[in-house]
Amino acid sequence: MADREQAAEERREEGGPNERYFVRFTRAQRYLHAVLFTTFLGLAATGLPMRFSQSAWARLAASRVGGFGAIIFFHKLFAVVLTVAFLIHVKDVFQRGLVNREKGIFWGSTSMVANWKDVKDLFGHLRWMVGLGPKPEFERYAYWEKFDYWAVFWGMIVIGFSGYAMWFAPFFARFLPGWALNAVLVIHSEEALLAILFIFSIHFVNTHLRPESFPMDMVIFTGVESEEEFKTKRPKEYERLAAEGRLEARISPAPPLWLLNFSRAVGALAILIGLILLALTLTAYFGS
Amino acid sequence: MKIRPAIALTLGASALLLLAAPRTARAQTDCLACHADAGLQDASGHSVGVDAPKFHSSIHSSLQCGDCHAAIKEYPHPDKVTPVECDTCHADEAAGLVGSVHASRAEHPCTSCHGNAHAIFPKTDPRSAVYPLNVPRTCGACHGNDAMAKQHGLNNVYPLYLDSIHGFALSKEGLLVAANCQSCHGSHHILSHKDPRSPTYKANVPETCGKCHAGITADYMGGVHGKAIAAGKMDAPVCSDCHTAHAIEQPTESAFRMQSTPICGNCHKDKFSTYRDTFHSQLGSLGGYVETARCWDCHKAHEILPASDPRSPINQANLVATCGRCHAGANVSFVQYQPHANARNRKLNPALYYTRLFMNLLLASVLTFFMIHTVLWLIRSRYHQIKTRSAKGGKNG
Repeated sequence: MADREQAAEERREEGGPNERYFVRFTRAQRYLHAVLFTTFLGLAATGLPMRFSQSAWARLAASRVGGFGAIIFFHKLFAVVLTVAFLIHVKDVFQRGLVNREKGIFWGSTSMVANWKDVKDLFGHLRWMVGLGPKPEFERYAYWEKFDYWAVFWGMIVIGFSGYAMWFAPFFARFLPGWALNAVLVIHSEEALLAILFIFSIHFVNTHLRPESFPMDMVIFTGVESEEEFKTKRPKEYERLAAEGRLEARISPAPPLWLLNFSRAVGALAILIGLILLALTLTAYFGS
Repeated sequence: MKIRPAIALTLGASALLLLAAPRTARAQTDCLACHADAGLQDASGHSVGVDAPKFHSSIHSSLQCGDCHAAIKEYPHPDKVTPVECDTCHADEAAGLVGSVHASRAEHPCTSCHGNAHAIFPKTDPRSAVYPLNVPRTCGACHGNDAMAKQHGLNNVYPLYLDSIHGFALSKEGLLVAANCQSCHGSHHILSHKDPRSPTYKANVPETCGKCHAGITADYMGGVHGKAIAAGKMDAPVCSDCHTAHAIEQPTESAFRMQSTPICGNCHKDKFSTYRDTFHSQLGSLGGYVETARCWDCHKAHEILPASDPRSPINQANLVATCGRCHAGANVSFVQYQPHANARNRKLNPALYYTRLFMNLLLASVLTFFMIHTVLWLIRSRYHQIKTRSAKGGKNG
């Protein structure tokens, strides 16, 4: 709590009322993240009782909502919503990259595709962590953010495909070998477990709970970041925009208080649910 | 009222009757002159009153008192009389009791089940204590008593029976054909279930249940469990091993389906463990969805046959039909799914084994790397933060 107050205090001291804000995420990107974490929490909350169906909490939760029938209904509902969001995103990327010929989608400083700088940043960052070098200066997307993105991207394909293979097993059996029907459950549950453990521990800490952002990085909710934070967290992007003379175009008014408070509430709730699910997962995993 | 003032009151009349007609001295009317008084007690305080109207409607109404109370030859009779011997007439029943769990006459007189000796009705009469619908209550008088059950090393099964499908049919529906205690245990010659002659002895259970459930028993005897029992392999389950003896539930209802797979799993541990790994088990454990495949949905419950038997539902030739009962559109490829695949067994399920191994390695390596990465980062960031603040003379300075 003291940290939080102090961080806020510092932000006021450093920024002051005249602090400038810069747009970092578009409305569509923020909505995509909102749909992603809402459906992810829903899928985790409905998937975990199935994965750990022998644990007491899973059975209690199931009995409260009407048993397996209700759980699988919501699991499929969230899955369909997430699939649609994923397809829209993929379509959007290809539209921008291939149709509109937008530069920097598939390669370059603003691309999600990993490059040599990311490899250097990873080792540089690790060296900095153990006190052997300076902190690397990150671009628009740091290497761990690209990893998050591709982990979700890969997870979406793997979990989605194996999930639909189970949902429509007789159909998939037309072109999948028999053992694949056994394998899809193993793949689905293990990959989902990895996603849950990763998001609810590593993503939460890396992005939201680490001292620089504690208790939450608001940028994905509000879309804007203060100049101070922007400069500290992504010096290379700031420099590049300034050099290209595009910094001014990114200036935005400070996020309104209602949006900040709403985002804080939603974000805190999401993190809380995630941490509860993480605790339940760990108890079931190590309890069995 | 004690017997002596009663004698005093009726002395004159009785004496006259005795003198006038000695042959009818033991007729009902003579005795009832005193014993019709419901409050009549003997010297030790036991009731010796007789409910005359009830007695007259009972099965023994045509008998004279002296037929049973044979020791009483004259009036006045002694204070202490020898107990009535039912065996005199009911020799078969008495013979049945010999060697039974209720053999002790002192502990289990006939009246303990048949009720008041002067109000005994035929077992077809609803007033009878051994009328089918009254049997559980009659037995329950002792066997529904926790302390008494414990004293004899028995479980109090009475409440279980009452809540079972048999007890429910009997007490709620009033079904005469519903199994009551004596349907399975017999009546006079009740033997411990450890006694090979007992209808509740393990090897005899299928026949006992088969008295009513003839079709199911025939199925069962044709299946692997029935054949094993017939061959003297007593490890195989009989009816009561899966259905229990007293807490029998309707097997098609969710309550039974929900808790039923561990019953088979008690013996088939490896098959149960691999079943637990499947989606069938996962969704079946959560309730609210009773259709999901339990053991007997694929293997059948009674006529269980090995997969090699062409009549078995799990025979390769029948799988499309068996799986198709739930999975519309099941085809030959679909039924290659292994409901008992073991991802931990490299020899049996190599593809699944390596899939699981790959997934586990992926999970472990990603999490391990990022755990270390995140912890180091956290420490370094916090250190950096404190250092920066202290340089500015902040709180952590």
